Amino acid sequence: MGRYVLRRLLQMVPVFIGSTLLIFLMVNVMGDPVAGLCGERQCDPATAAQLRREFGLDRPLWQQYLTYMGNVFTGDFGTAFNGQPVTELMATAFPVTIRLTVVAILFEIVVGITLGVLTGLRRGRPVDTAVLLLTLVVISVPTFVSGLVLQLLLGVQWGWIRPSVSPAAGFGELLVPGLVLASVSLAYVTRLTRTSIAENKRSDYVRTAVAKGLPRHRVITRHLLRNSLIPVVTFIGFDIGALMGGAIVTERIFNIHGVGYQLYQGILRQNTQTVVGFVTVLVLVFLVANLLVDLLYAVLDPRIRYA
Amino acid sequence: MPEQPYEPERAIAGTGMGGTMDLGASEAVTLDRTPGGPAGPGPADRPRSLWSDAWRDLRRNPVFLVSGLIIVFLVFISLWPSAITSGSPFTCDLAKAQDGAQPGHPFGYDGQGCDVYTRTVYGARTSVTVGLCATLGVALTGSVLGGLAGWFGGPWDSVLSRITDVFFAIPVVLGGLVLLSVVTTNTVWPVVGFMVLLGWPQISRIARGSVITVKQNDYVQAARALGASDARILLRHIAPNAVAPVIVVATIALGTYISLEATLSYLGVGLKPPSISWGIDISAASPYLRNAPHALLWPSGALAVTVLAFIMLGDAVRDALDPKLR
Amino acid sequence: MRRIAPARGAACALAMGLAATGCGGGPGSGAYGGAVFSASWTDPQNPLEPANTNEVQGGKVLDMVFRGLKRYNAKTGRAENMVAESIETRDSRNFTIRLKPGWTFSNGEEVTARSFVDAWNYGASLRNNQKNAYFFGYIDGFDKIHPSSGRQSADTLSGLRVIDARTFTVRLNQTFSSFPATLGYNAFVPLPRAFFTDHAAWLKRPVGNGPYTIGSYTRGAQMSLKKWDGYPGPDRARNGGVMLVVYTDYNTAYTDLMSGNLDLVDDVPAAQLKNVRTDLEDRYINTPAGIIQTLAFPYYDKAWNRPGAEKVRTGLSMAIDRRQITDKIFRQTRTPATDWTSPVLGTAGGYRAGLCGSACDYDPARAKRLIEEGGGLPGGRFTISYNADSGSHKEWVDAVCNSINNALGDSKACVGNPVGTFADFRNRIGQHKMNGPFRAGWQMDYPLIQNFLQPLYYTDASSNDGKWSNGTFDRLVDRANAQTDPPKAVATFQKAEEVVRDNMAAIPLWYQNGSAGYSQRLSDVALNPFSVPVYNEIKVS
Repeated sequence: MGRYVLRRLLQMVPVFIGSTLLIFLMVNVMGDPVAGLCGERQCDPATAAQLRREFGLDRPLWQQYLTYMGNVFTGDFGTAFNGQPVTELMATAFPVTIRLTVVAILFEIVVGITLGVLTGLRRGRPVDTAVLLLTLVVISVPTFVSGLVLQLLLGVQWGWIRPSVSPAAGFGELLVPGLVLASVSLAYVTRLTRTSIAENKRSDYVRTAVAKGLPRHRVITRHLLRNSLIPVVTFIGFDIGALMGGAIVTERIFNIHGVGYQLYQGILRQNTQTVVGFVTVLVLVFLVANLLVDLLYAVLDPRIRYA
Repeated sequence: MPEQPYEPERAIAGTGMGGTMDLGASEAVTLDRTPGGPAGPGPADRPRSLWSDAWRDLRRNPVFLVSGLIIVFLVFISLWPSAITSGSPFTCDLAKAQDGAQPGHPFGYDGQGCDVYTRTVYGARTSVTVGLCATLGVALTGSVLGGLAGWFGGPWDSVLSRITDVFFAIPVVLGGLVLLSVVTTNTVWPVVGFMVLLGWPQISRIARGSVITVKQNDYVQAARALGASDARILLRHIAPNAVAPVIVVATIALGTYISLEATLSYLGVGLKPPSISWGIDISAASPYLRNAPHALLWPSGALAVTVLAFIMLGDAVRDALDPKLR
Repeated sequence: MRRIAPARGAACALAMGLAATGCGGGPGSGAYGGAVFSASWTDPQNPLEPANTNEVQGGKVLDMVFRGLKRYNAKTGRAENMVAESIETRDSRNFTIRLKPGWTFSNGEEVTARSFVDAWNYGASLRNNQKNAYFFGYIDGFDKIHPSSGRQSADTLSGLRVIDARTFTVRLNQTFSSFPATLGYNAFVPLPRAFFTDHAAWLKRPVGNGPYTIGSYTRGAQMSLKKWDGYPGPDRARNGGVMLVVYTDYNTAYTDLMSGNLDLVDDVPAAQLKNVRTDLEDRYINTPAGIIQTLAFPYYDKAWNRPGAEKVRTGLSMAIDRRQITDKIFRQTRTPATDWTSPVLGTAGGYRAGLCGSACDYDPARAKRLIEEGGGLPGGRFTISYNADSGSHKEWVDAVCNSINNALGDSKACVGNPVGTFADFRNRIGQHKMNGPFRAGWQMDYPLIQNFLQPLYYTDASSNDGKWSNGTFDRLVDRANAQTDPPKAVATFQKAEEVVRDNMAAIPLWYQNGSAGYSQRLSDVALNPFSVPVYNEIKVS
């Protein structure tokens, strides 16, 4: 087990370097950010040249990357164009996004798995068909449309919620944005659980458990659900990273100042330091979540062992 | 579209297909298969192939028939939009901006005074093109790379899997914002290219897992024992049996790509005029939600129905290809 | 539609950073003699140094926290003395500036001549990377402290001299009669010693001499400004403070205003304007601002700079139905332009309605004829480039294109060309990569006709994005700047503007208004000619 984790950690190194390099190259393709800093006028050449020098933009790309990564390892993520260290931006943005992600994941787990088990056990019944239809609709409507519609209905027309999230961004305020962010994944989790439950319902160990005379709820929770959770766990594990980095649309609609907001601003202003910094952290989250998911397999399925 | 359109289907198909579950970096994971445990979709012990069975199932599946009909209709209006419209999508009269439905203009007018019906019909071509091309590109790249990784194993697999991880780790919407914000041409190809670039790892993982599973099947061992060449085994035995999960995921992903195009337009980096697409129209109409909901409703509805059709098709195909769900 | 509930609760929740607000007690019972209200904001792009802030959002804060030598009257736009007691000159080149006594910074430090001279030297110095450094370009010695290439050979502007604690002199490198009127711009405000001695701490919480002090500042989220009780100036704040809340999308801000979570939105999105009367009743203002939108042309591209191209440009101008677009898209928050300046200048300041003449009137038939006479559109079709990341540019560009296409009877003659980010848009302009007309907006720095012409059309000027160059125009501007008699200067500038018209150097589209909506708690809300709310005048009930 320990060796397995160590090997996985070692494998993360090239992935980490590759992803950061990739995003570094991508942001660089966007071109010279200095031109956008001077409003509707030409930057004066002397100041522009000096800004480029200060941000290291006058050096070859590989040098910029090496310097940047060197700094990152000492905890220095650089400075945003507004003069603020990127680490400070992270300190304000990540807690908000983590709360949002937690809300979204909870929705996925609680609502998604419950609906999934329900429909999986009642395959073909009206409740199954209804939920199935609902999930399909949720998947096929783009998030920004459902987000805007919910905001208008709940926030303005009916006045149930605040249409935007305050800078404090407490859990209560994040319920609706979390639901919007989770909606598509929620639909997937439901379908995933349903398929998995339906498949495992007919397996030998469930039949054995039932034959042993175990009570129904015990069969479902201990045997059926536990074994059906692997794909769901895989999915949610991947989703953590995707939710955190992919909340750009949701955060924009509900005016949440989290990671998505900072990334969006960073891209609009072509602020390499902000974008690469945030993505670097997201890549780490993604890798660690993946590792945890793989380790969870062993807990859920005793047949899986790590060598 | 989902803000993370790729991951979900990988996992879904992974489970739907019996033993072909994808276990991430699974060269480190040993799955002790008990004899009664899940086995791959093995057609070897059947007189008829998996495909003819599946086709027979599909023909009787109403879900398949309905979604198939919708898709045929979509393809038809993509090719000949003028068959069901008389106007031009470029004829816009600002004086009629945001007006509701009128005789001859059943869907009303959008914020620029263009006819929503005509634009919705003409938008189908771009949206369907984006969906089909992106899916084709993703499926080809992904299954070749994933298949090779799964077949060769060892260091090849390690390297390819790590590269897959690299691309997987980049959030999709973010990648779109960065890459597409510099695009100058107004064709669909940059958008398609971006989707392929960040979408292939999804298929690659499935193809890899699927090849690994199929590789262990008795009939492959048998063919090898009979002295068949690598190429023959790959083409005759592995590919036909490993391709099923890829097809399933690809069909579902198609819908998500169409939806992703809309999200990119909303963020200002989608297709450019004079392209007409549902994404462009939806994002243009979204600020006018209160005054002209019809301008948002119709293209969104068209998009939702299309996505729905492809997902239902994918679902039906999966059910048909999965012997355990019969 | 729901009625707008007072935003009291929200503002209080937002104002938690402040030690005490009027939230607990009755109206106006707060510790600062007035309640705090919340207003929409966008995160400033640059550090909040005065000479480094070149956009409205940072400008809003500077406007609350600083007072300069002059201040532009919120109604008339005229530059009036604020910290300055007198600014005198005999030759329009050497100025003697005398300060009023009694001004201090909110940390107690006195505002002296040195506060200004040090601040200006800092702003001009190349090593400080101040993006508004060129504002000091008229002052003698600028080429030493801010050379266009190479190292700077001086640390101070030789044209600035401190005479005594309340007096300093400015020597310019050319005659510039309107120089005093430019001094209301943010780049010219004084700075306390703390700015230089502990720069990092100052940036975290800027200290100035204006009616507000900064309470707390969470970058990317909000800033709380509270009334400075000891403010010595004449325009004390009439509220307890302002909570600026950052919005990514102003549609959300408007939605928040409607549902009572925000008190003031200073830019109502075009899409919401249709409902503004039902949503806000009379709590909506729409007043002219010193902003003009134009279409610029790439004169480095032969196709747009050949003989006869001015007919094509004039034809395009006549193919745009400005009235319909300002009515339908902007709901009268823009006014069709008939010259190249802005109504906020007033007739005395150089605004002349109708200067553009028939070239700005919608006349599709003549437009088509003119374009044909001028040799037709280059390549038969063209694009209008704009940045897609901010503002609702797509809507009007599409409308302009549709208008042109309808006039020319060719549905593909004009197509919008969105550029993903503003930075990329500026890059393409800077690298001369535009191949057709492109969006050009101009928000005045100070209300002078000079500011609407020289930076935009003078050869190689900083905002002459299309690289238009015309000897006659340049000469007229030089002459106007040297005029010591303001009415004569204005008349000469107008002559220069006629040159712009005759060549159709840029197509004037419309004058932009400032629009704002506010909650029932607020009264006395007004926008100044820069479309910035006059925060200190707002009363909260």
